[in-house]
Amino acid sequence: MLSIVELDFGTPRSRSAQPVALTIDGREVSVPAGTSVLRAASEAGIAIPRLCATELLEAFGSCRLCLVEIEGRKGYPASCTTPVEAGMKVTTQSAQLQKIRRGVMELYLSDHASGDEALPTEMRRMIEAVGVREVRYGFDGANHRQAVRDESNPYFRFDPAACIVCSRCVRACDEQQGTLALTIEGRGFDSRVVASQDEGFMQSECVSCGACVQACPTTALTEKSLLAQGPAQSSTVTTCAYCGVGCSFRAEMRGEELVRMVPNKDGHANHGHSCVKGRFAIGYATHADRILKPMIRARIGDAWREVSWQEAIAHTASEFRRIQAQHGRDSIGGITSSRCTNEETYLVQKLVRAGFGNNNVDTCARVCHSPTGYGLKQTLGESAGTQDFDSVMQADVIFVIGANPTDAHPVFASQMKRRLRQGAKLIVADPRRIDLVRTPHVQADFHLCLRPGTNVALLTSLAHVIVGEGLVAEEFVRARCETDSFAKWRAFAAEPRHSPEAMESVTGVPAADVRAAARLYATGGNAAIYYGLGVTEHSQGSTAVMAIANLAMATANIGREGVGVNPLRGQNNVQGSCDMGSFPHEFPGYRHVGDAAVRASFEQAWGVALQAEPGLRIPNMFEAALDGEFRGLYIEGEDIVQSDPNTQHVTAALMAMECVVVQDLFLNETAKFAHVFLPGSTFLEKDGTFINAERRISRVRRVMRPKSGHADWEITQLLSNAMGYPMEYAHPSAIMDEIARLTPTFRGVDYAKLDRLGSIQWPCNEDAPEGTPTMHVHEFVRGKGRFMLTEYVPSTEKVNAKYPLILTTGRILSQYNVGAQTRRTENSRWHGEDRLEIHPQDAEDRGITDDDWVGIESRAGQTVLRATISARMPPGVVYTTFHFPFSGANVITTDNSDWATNCPEYKVTAVQITRVTQPSDWQQRYRAFSDRQHALLGEAGANAG
Amino acid sequence: MTMQQHDAAAALVKMANDIADYFRSEPQRELAVEGIANHIARYWEPRMRKKILAYQAEHGGEGLNELARAAIARLAQRQGPSA
Repeated sequence: MLSIVELDFGTPRSRSAQPVALTIDGREVSVPAGTSVLRAASEAGIAIPRLCATELLEAFGSCRLCLVEIEGRKGYPASCTTPVEAGMKVTTQSAQLQKIRRGVMELYLSDHASGDEALPTEMRRMIEAVGVREVRYGFDGANHRQAVRDESNPYFRFDPAACIVCSRCVRACDEQQGTLALTIEGRGFDSRVVASQDEGFMQSECVSCGACVQACPTTALTEKSLLAQGPAQSSTVTTCAYCGVGCSFRAEMRGEELVRMVPNKDGHANHGHSCVKGRFAIGYATHADRILKPMIRARIGDAWREVSWQEAIAHTASEFRRIQAQHGRDSIGGITSSRCTNEETYLVQKLVRAGFGNNNVDTCARVCHSPTGYGLKQTLGESAGTQDFDSVMQADVIFVIGANPTDAHPVFASQMKRRLRQGAKLIVADPRRIDLVRTPHVQADFHLCLRPGTNVALLTSLAHVIVGEGLVAEEFVRARCETDSFAKWRAFAAEPRHSPEAMESVTGVPAADVRAAARLYATGGNAAIYYGLGVTEHSQGSTAVMAIANLAMATANIGREGVGVNPLRGQNNVQGSCDMGSFPHEFPGYRHVGDAAVRASFEQAWGVALQAEPGLRIPNMFEAALDGEFRGLYIEGEDIVQSDPNTQHVTAALMAMECVVVQDLFLNETAKFAHVFLPGSTFLEKDGTFINAERRISRVRRVMRPKSGHADWEITQLLSNAMGYPMEYAHPSAIMDEIARLTPTFRGVDYAKLDRLGSIQWPCNEDAPEGTPTMHVHEFVRGKGRFMLTEYVPSTEKVNAKYPLILTTGRILSQYNVGAQTRRTENSRWHGEDRLEIHPQDAEDRGITDDDWVGIESRAGQTVLRATISARMPPGVVYTTFHFPFSGANVITTDNSDWATNCPEYKVTAVQITRVTQPSDWQQRYRAFSDRQHALLGEAGANAG
Repeated sequence: MTMQQHDAAAALVKMANDIADYFRSEPQRELAVEGIANHIARYWEPRMRKKILAYQAEHGGEGLNELARAAIARLAQRQGPSA
């Protein structure tokens, strides 16, 4: 149900280019072939009453309200299921039609509890539209008005008394979400909506995406926030702050109070769909844990003291300048985050480069997709994915490797599943049997269940088959790629040691499956690769990315719709934070700091001399801190203690520093080691832009004032000014204007154009004024595509008798990254703790049963989690998530990292598992330390002044 | 050398070896050495480069694989006697 009424054309838009002319109520109308009469009328401004139709779903034809008269046809066809025809003459209003519609509506009303009168439902509008004033049938007959409500879901309720069984919710679950959790049980009068096997929403397979709630034309499915707060007074389009899909939402507001988030039908990334995080998990924004006043302290064992913004900023600037005076210009740095807007990350890197006078700036993409930046730049010439999300609808073969879209990128996963249900083939390469391998109406053609750490071996063996069986797209390669690098790569890939048969003992994947999958990828039509952190977070992450690009180039699966190399970014602004020059070796637009011409352009614009040498990466900062060479750090929006590997190494480095400044919403794990806390703002409290996984720049719009008094970009600006480097931006749009002036791929971007177009995929410049949905169409960004050799180098993290299992880590649908946001919402009802998933045989060998506490020991450390026995794990591999700090998942991950970028090898840690009865030593120390830090926070107010 | 400095050197040695491992399959050794040296020059902060050069000079490249040693020698050459 929509409380702010949006125009809905009733049925989906036809993509046909063939126009069809017809007459509706005497008006000449022309629409694309395949358009329904209902939509044709709606586009012409003629409203036909309907209840079961919405443009988000295929026409269904059940409610019988949208009947029309068509000249030359018998009866009263449903306009939603009747496609237009040339010369058709349609009448939408007549006495007879009015009589039929009124009769239908009266029947609905005779068995319908009207629900909350204050909510402007579609049902109410239709009652008005058909002019029902009384119900001739009365209300005393058999009815469902006493049906029991299902209040089990924390975010919405189901009231069957208000349900008209129009099936919109069921169809939304099928068509939009693809979970098929809802169904109509029974027939005729007994028919009713049930979740799964009538288990109630919370216990069912429902993933709480909210599609059913949005689709419902009555109050049967309604958000609890809407019931509690009443209808919104206004709505503003903004962009979700969770994953890299970057869904567009309308934030519905009452004054400065958020009523709910509604997915935007016009959103280019999500087309009106959403997931449980973006749609519902917003409670953190107003959570009591938020810190709203700046705080400082001399040592991490001291109590915090609340201070004014002026004092906090002056203190920070003074400390940074003192450290630089004592230990050199390079002794401080900054870390920005993919959770920040582009404008914020741009300012942080500018502060570091121009204000601090060094290049010690990095971002959390260091620990996720930095290999994507490196690998795609080397091969294709640009550090970004090649397609838009809609491209998947043209794919014939979808190859998912090291990604779990149904959990980590749920809205795009729904689109992918839609294409798979239409018949596209699916190859999944993953150690785990992820949901995509077998989910309703989707089954992978191949599940290449490889051993963790062997991606490169698998990808190179796929290349071996393509080269060896004559599947190379010779003409494309000749025209588009480097001759020398291709010849070298072809000879390399053809070596017998790379054959699937030779690699089977390494990867564990049957050679026949590898050969068949390679043939399918190379010859199955449009083939698209989608990958995630299961590719990048390895010691050979960059090599694997280059191996993927090699496959796409060799088979000509790049440069058009339906194909390509598609990195699925974890956080909302991973792409943007990288684009904005957050890496220590690159200015915005991925240009090396050693490039004199580029550096000169920034020096001229910023009015200072800039360093020509790369700065420290995040892990280098830790090493330098332990060496005493790095003593001050400004961290905006990132929690390195929880998210970076080898926690004890990270905390030792932070404790070696003299001034750690954390700018965040909460006292996160890193803030417990900080000396200055600057309260940040949520995405609802500021203006800016995010860039999603498809290079799509979308606006973030402020719908309430910053609760701490300043938006994050303003805080960075205050700090810069206090440090003596002036910044005078009046609004984030001015920051974007500067980005556009200095970055060729953003030259055509400004807020006015974003407002006009809704979103823009970069590059956006003179050559592509409205953006670039598909890259590398005529030539690669670097000119000729470059093939790279991809030798498999086994991880040094090996199993042995002491550590016989491999631990791999990942995400789950209901929680997000370090959980700082989602743990402070009702989402924890689905996932209240991190669990260790273990294969039944491995569990039995160790006497472990479901829910047992198990100790996990690696070469780096120990922690304790509860066990979940799961047949989706292969023997020898265990898995956990890292959403809860007490879990200590990164206490056990190691310092191993990608050779090119130092992206940590989260996906391969040798461990042993044993049954235990108490938390690990680290967990006990953590709990005591954390409790102490919260106590010190509690004293902050009392120490104010 | 303190224990802490030793650990820092060990981390740099591992990083250099990892880079060299990638370039191992390059059939032309000269290109491999140049590739490793360029990668270190392009992505390592100057203090890190200085440390690995010093480590190679002081410890004869102990723990570094052959290609990494050659690449670091190449970097030393590029920087000249003052390095």
